[in-house]
Amino acid sequence: MKKKLLLMIPLAVFFVLAGFFVVGLDRNPREIPSPLIGKPAPVFSLPDLSDPEKTIASQDFLGQVWLLNVWASWCVSCRSEHPLLVEFAKTGGVPIVGLNYKDKTVDAQLYLRRYGDPYVASAMDADGRVGIDYGVYGSPETFLIDKQGIIRYKQIGPINEKALRETIVPMIKELKQS
Amino acid sequence: MIPEIGQFALILALLLLAVQGTLPLVGASKGISAWMALSRRTAQGAFFFLALAFGCLVYSFIVNDFSVLNVANNSNTKLPLIYRISASWGSHEGSILVWVFMLGLWSCAVSIFSKHLPEEMVARVLGVMGLVSVGLLLFLLLTSNPFDRIFPVPAEGRDLNPLLQDPGMILHPPMLYMGYVGFSVAFAFAIAALLGGRLDATWARWSRPWTTLAWCFLTVGILIGSWWAYYELGWGGWWFWDPVENASLMPWLVGTALIHSLAVTEKRGTFKVWTVLLAICTFSLSLLGTFLVRSGVLTSVHAFATDPKRGMFILTFLAVVIGGSLALFAFRAPKVGTAGTFKILSRESALFANNVLLIVACGTVLLGTLYPLFLDALNLGKISVGPPYFEAVFVPLMVPMIFLMGVSAVTRWKEATLPDLWTRLRWAAVVTLIVAIVLPFILGRTSPKSVALLGLGFGMAFWIITSALAGFFDRAKYVEGSFGAKLTRQPRSFWGMFVAHIGVAVFIIGVTAVKGFEAERDVRMAPGDTVSVGGYTFRFEGTANRDGPNYHATRGTFELSKDGKTIRKLYPEKRMYFAHGMPMTEAAIDSGVFGDRYVSLGEPINDDKQSWSVRVYHKPFVTWIWAGCILMTLGGLLAMFDRRYRVSTRRDTGKPSLPSSDSVKLENA
Repeated sequence: MKKKLLLMIPLAVFFVLAGFFVVGLDRNPREIPSPLIGKPAPVFSLPDLSDPEKTIASQDFLGQVWLLNVWASWCVSCRSEHPLLVEFAKTGGVPIVGLNYKDKTVDAQLYLRRYGDPYVASAMDADGRVGIDYGVYGSPETFLIDKQGIIRYKQIGPINEKALRETIVPMIKELKQS
Repeated sequence: MIPEIGQFALILALLLLAVQGTLPLVGASKGISAWMALSRRTAQGAFFFLALAFGCLVYSFIVNDFSVLNVANNSNTKLPLIYRISASWGSHEGSILVWVFMLGLWSCAVSIFSKHLPEEMVARVLGVMGLVSVGLLLFLLLTSNPFDRIFPVPAEGRDLNPLLQDPGMILHPPMLYMGYVGFSVAFAFAIAALLGGRLDATWARWSRPWTTLAWCFLTVGILIGSWWAYYELGWGGWWFWDPVENASLMPWLVGTALIHSLAVTEKRGTFKVWTVLLAICTFSLSLLGTFLVRSGVLTSVHAFATDPKRGMFILTFLAVVIGGSLALFAFRAPKVGTAGTFKILSRESALFANNVLLIVACGTVLLGTLYPLFLDALNLGKISVGPPYFEAVFVPLMVPMIFLMGVSAVTRWKEATLPDLWTRLRWAAVVTLIVAIVLPFILGRTSPKSVALLGLGFGMAFWIITSALAGFFDRAKYVEGSFGAKLTRQPRSFWGMFVAHIGVAVFIIGVTAVKGFEAERDVRMAPGDTVSVGGYTFRFEGTANRDGPNYHATRGTFELSKDGKTIRKLYPEKRMYFAHGMPMTEAAIDSGVFGDRYVSLGEPINDDKQSWSVRVYHKPFVTWIWAGCILMTLGGLLAMFDRRYRVSTRRDTGKPSLPSSDSVKLENA
């Protein structure tokens, strides 16, 4: 009897796994509704990555439409979106602010030197506190913030060309006119 | 017209497979030999139609028939011919068609190379493979038809993902899929054994070569994927613990356990239930890998095609195949029974311990890959698990495994004694210890951390090599004659094990050397500047435009030299593909036995000197990582062509139900 139960274990394990898959299928890992959309962007004031003596504050960008991109040198997916960000920084017409999330200063600086720097500035969120305020699940994430400092859109996971072209660029255009 | 022929061929294949998956199975249980005899013909017929369909798809890509949606999405008039052909398995639809096509190929191979098997067994094996094919073919036809048309016909296709326009990507998916799908043979043998209640050493002997061959394909597939990531992604790494990579590593780990467990079942008649479970798990993980990549459950850097609707179909399919076979296992495995006894200190125990370690390693990879999904499903938030987790749990599991790998090759079956083991292994142990302690200092390392890393890595590699040699000399004692005779009189299966294990050692040397001695520099270079790394000097000579068929490229020229002597020129490129507007980095690599010199272009820097940000690496022994994988594959092939599989073939023809001499001995024991 005991042996029979033992032989059931693989089946039981599989059913638990399958249960998780059923739930997982309904969720798109890239799109999580953010409770922050339509709410003011949490205020932060953090040291600047390129010069830790200086600080970057979220209020610096009031009055313009801007992107806040959460990134880290340890994050593989960030590298996949990085070339697109570098490209967009040249042509997009909006400032991209980096939130360097739970990273080491040297690694982060090296990363930007290596892959190019699309950011007007990167704020160092070494302990991830600001990340918590923004409800960051994992990097990369990108927030689109309007002139009044309200979060309008949140991209979870790497930005791709489609999201940029079909969602972010039209929204930027609209927000700039308002 | 051609695409319709392809579609029609798929439907005909489906009908034949439906017959293959039902009548022979019923025939085998009721003893109707005419129904059982159908299995071979239907398998060969289905393969013909699957090959025809696949040919039609390749043809549509070659002639760039943009009225086919799949072609319009993945090809382009400017795409070179070779990539048009490989694009037919670059898309989601195409890759599933290749899956089914290969399943047909393996079934067809089983139908041809199974003359010596009892009719009942062939009917069951092919029947199970037929059922699996039906599921996948339905998935293809219902959710991802590769021959769907579009109207109006676009004038130009969207082009293949630039990441896939690479020689490595031509071969990587077919090899990987041959491995994944090949495990279906082991799976079908296991299910057939459960259904028929016949599971003995002869059964293991039949399924072993098939399993080993599938494992070889999977090894090569993973190797090419890793190599591709190394030079194409331009980050200089060779393994990223990306979910898609993990999906291929998991069946490999369990498959490795399976080929060793099969060896025990064949030689000693034990581990039967365990072997069957492993065979089911290996194929289940192959299916799971496909599910993870194709369903969009996980995000990954290279999950190219994802769609939740398809995910639901594959999940249902998985539930039927895996759930069904595990349920069958739970109810029928007690009938299979166990035989043979062995002591705690024996080769069986050592192999079993390593089996468990491999399974645990696979479990940790599975957990790390699915952890984000679990947390999300339980509403605990979304996270991603990175390389630090995998390295922290994987390496500690590999250390005892490598130790046992050396031990098990020289331990006696059934019962061994410690003094005897010590006699056999003392030289190996002494040499290993000396190497592990002295080598890091000879190589000029003094910091405790790097001494420990190098000592551990090189120690493990030398342990494998020396214990393998000890195993050889141990066997050589029993062969009379010259040293040459001692070498040639060993069976191929022994050399297979020897070469594969040495491959693991070579692999570990590569990993350790890269980890311990790689050097990299990130610099801004203007034409004429030089940078040195690892004793090599790179001189930047400037950039020029050099356009390819479907991209603009900026090509840099670097002169590589050592001690003032020029070695060669290197030409890294930065490409911009027309259709995707995606910048791609093509690294230039000077590859050698003792290491690679690697240079890739970063971004242009806007100054008047036309500078670029440039990355250069020196990667000592990095090629050994792949050489190790090639040796493992060669080892697998050697073992597969062992003489006894052909000899036993003849012996089995007459009395298929006679257990082999091994298992008779065991049952008496």
